[in-house]
Amino acid sequence: MKKKNKEALPRGFMIGPAMAWLALFLLLPLGYIVVISFLQKNAYGGVILHFSLASYRSLLHAAYLKVFAESFLLAFETTVLCLLVGYPMAYIIAKSPEHLRAVMVLFMMLPFWINSMIRIYGWSTLLRNQGVINWILIHLGVISQPLGMLYTDGTVLLGMVYDLLPFAVLPMYTSIEKLDPFLLEAASDLGAGKMHTFLKVTLPLTSPGLFAATIQTFIPALGLFYISDMMGGAKKMYIGNLIKNQFLSARNWPLGAALSILLIAVTLFLVGLYSRVGKMEDIV
Amino acid sequence: MEDKKIIVRLRGVVKRFDGDVVVNHLDLDIREGEFLTVLGPSGCGKTTTLRMLAGFETPDEGTVELEGKDVVGIPPNERDVNTVFQNYALFPHMTIEDNIAFGLVEKKVPKKEIRERVQEMVKLVRLEGMEKRKPSQLSGGQKQRVAIARALINNPKILLLDEPLGALDLKLRKQMQQELKYLQKKLGITFLYVTHDQEEALLMSDRIVVMHDGRVEQIGTPEEVYNHPKTKYVAEFIGASNLLEGYVTEIEGGRMTFSFEFGKINLKSRGFKMEEMFYLCVRPENLRMSQCPVEHFHIRGRVTEVVFAGSVNRTFVRLVNGQVLRAESQPDVEIYPVGTLVYVYWNPDKCSFLHTQEDQIYDVIEEEIDKTLEEEANVSIDDVLPSE
Repeated sequence: MKKKNKEALPRGFMIGPAMAWLALFLLLPLGYIVVISFLQKNAYGGVILHFSLASYRSLLHAAYLKVFAESFLLAFETTVLCLLVGYPMAYIIAKSPEHLRAVMVLFMMLPFWINSMIRIYGWSTLLRNQGVINWILIHLGVISQPLGMLYTDGTVLLGMVYDLLPFAVLPMYTSIEKLDPFLLEAASDLGAGKMHTFLKVTLPLTSPGLFAATIQTFIPALGLFYISDMMGGAKKMYIGNLIKNQFLSARNWPLGAALSILLIAVTLFLVGLYSRVGKMEDIV
Repeated sequence: MEDKKIIVRLRGVVKRFDGDVVVNHLDLDIREGEFLTVLGPSGCGKTTTLRMLAGFETPDEGTVELEGKDVVGIPPNERDVNTVFQNYALFPHMTIEDNIAFGLVEKKVPKKEIRERVQEMVKLVRLEGMEKRKPSQLSGGQKQRVAIARALINNPKILLLDEPLGALDLKLRKQMQQELKYLQKKLGITFLYVTHDQEEALLMSDRIVVMHDGRVEQIGTPEEVYNHPKTKYVAEFIGASNLLEGYVTEIEGGRMTFSFEFGKINLKSRGFKMEEMFYLCVRPENLRMSQCPVEHFHIRGRVTEVVFAGSVNRTFVRLVNGQVLRAESQPDVEIYPVGTLVYVYWNPDKCSFLHTQEDQIYDVIEEEIDKTLEEEANVSIDDVLPSE
């Protein structure tokens, strides 16, 4: 027993800093948010130390439910598009000669070394009425009036897909790359055409990658707010905007905190689902 | 055998990968119902040949005919040919049952018939009770059986097997060899079997194709290939061989005299011309030793090593010219201890002949083999025979 204790000391020493970091920068703020979500707001944007479920109750208001519905819809559309665009991309990268793969992945990741908000600004420069695309098209005589491309639902979706695509491509790429090419030959050998081989072999065997891609796109898509602000003209309210507004404009911290807790709960649920499916894959 | 229908005909087939010729003007006929083995070292083009038949590779030149129809360009799923892959390539997400049924489902065979035929196959390969398992829950030998069942259920015109037993341990491999041979005889399906294991090839095949550097060295029954190798390569690759170089000095009445470094031997004539150089090839099991000269054999040497190899004793004898011969004898035959001076001899009918000229490209290989033989025999330069 004594010996064990002796070993335990250095171990605690080793993980201590990490634990301290987590406690200071994750648990403490999180606890703070949880506490605030159960308090009441005061008239000047602060909080009153008085227990209340009012914030959680107000989450059920029709206006907020609409925001949730629209956020889920946008996240869903983003995820579906990311998978549809990302799967072929991942497939092409995974089937390229080995020396090209790393380069292709690098080129895909390269833009993401620049802050996402700056890149989204870049998109609005391209798309707005006085922007580059409209300017070129007008000067080429293709159009006479600028196309109102920016500040539509479509551009928000474009921005979301653009921002989250690599998170969808990478797990799918890993999955497809691991796929044994002999299995595809075996399917073909047994009479399956290209379509059947894909549906019966490739797709089920790369489903862990697809699932990971879904989770890794859907979760951030739920919380992103600046894309709809910058590319959608803040016309529509999503969970992310709502939370931001409660803290910065509406000054209703308890409601903002309750919304954050809801978002965290949804995320944890999805992550839990993900790890459970991940464990199932290990057995198969 | 000869009048059997030719089911596969390869003519002038060439395949290159990145400019390297892997299969070089290959001609091959496969007869209906035979067990044909393509034997050769890794990189000799045997797997590529199989893959061209399956449709996974397209030949750069030549024709591949299946039942008289050129199949070049026809994808694998439209060929009546099935493959057993080296790593089994079972679908890991499907049960054993679904794996075996795959081909029939693709052919849209009625469900009831599929169920019956899968059951039949499961019984044939003795996997009863495993139907609902996943491939990862099976042993190597069981996976192998699933792979065979999955291919055979489609009643292919020809079954292609790419080193199917390579991953199994020795005992299981021996057992599967017998099972495969039994299945092939029972079902009468043509088997094209690819292996680098010469023993396996000799044991299972009706005919063996020995391949080397993308070319066919020899095609023949196991007996022909073993007892009458046509080239030095075949002689060296299939079993060990002792090669003695010499030429014809006399031909008379169906007999000839073979003259070489160690004297003359009178042999049955084999169509060689006078002065023609060739190799005389003696298998280790046919090489005998004695302490005094036997008949007209005066080949003298010293025993350099005796190795116990289970069912046989292997003796290495170093000749005066430095060449090391290898003899294998049954355990009940007297063995000579290391250092003994012996005369080697053999039954003159139990040797084969190889033309030298067509084998010159293999001289390098022969040197290498000699070197390893010497190393095996563990002889040093000073070990040359002492003068009497």
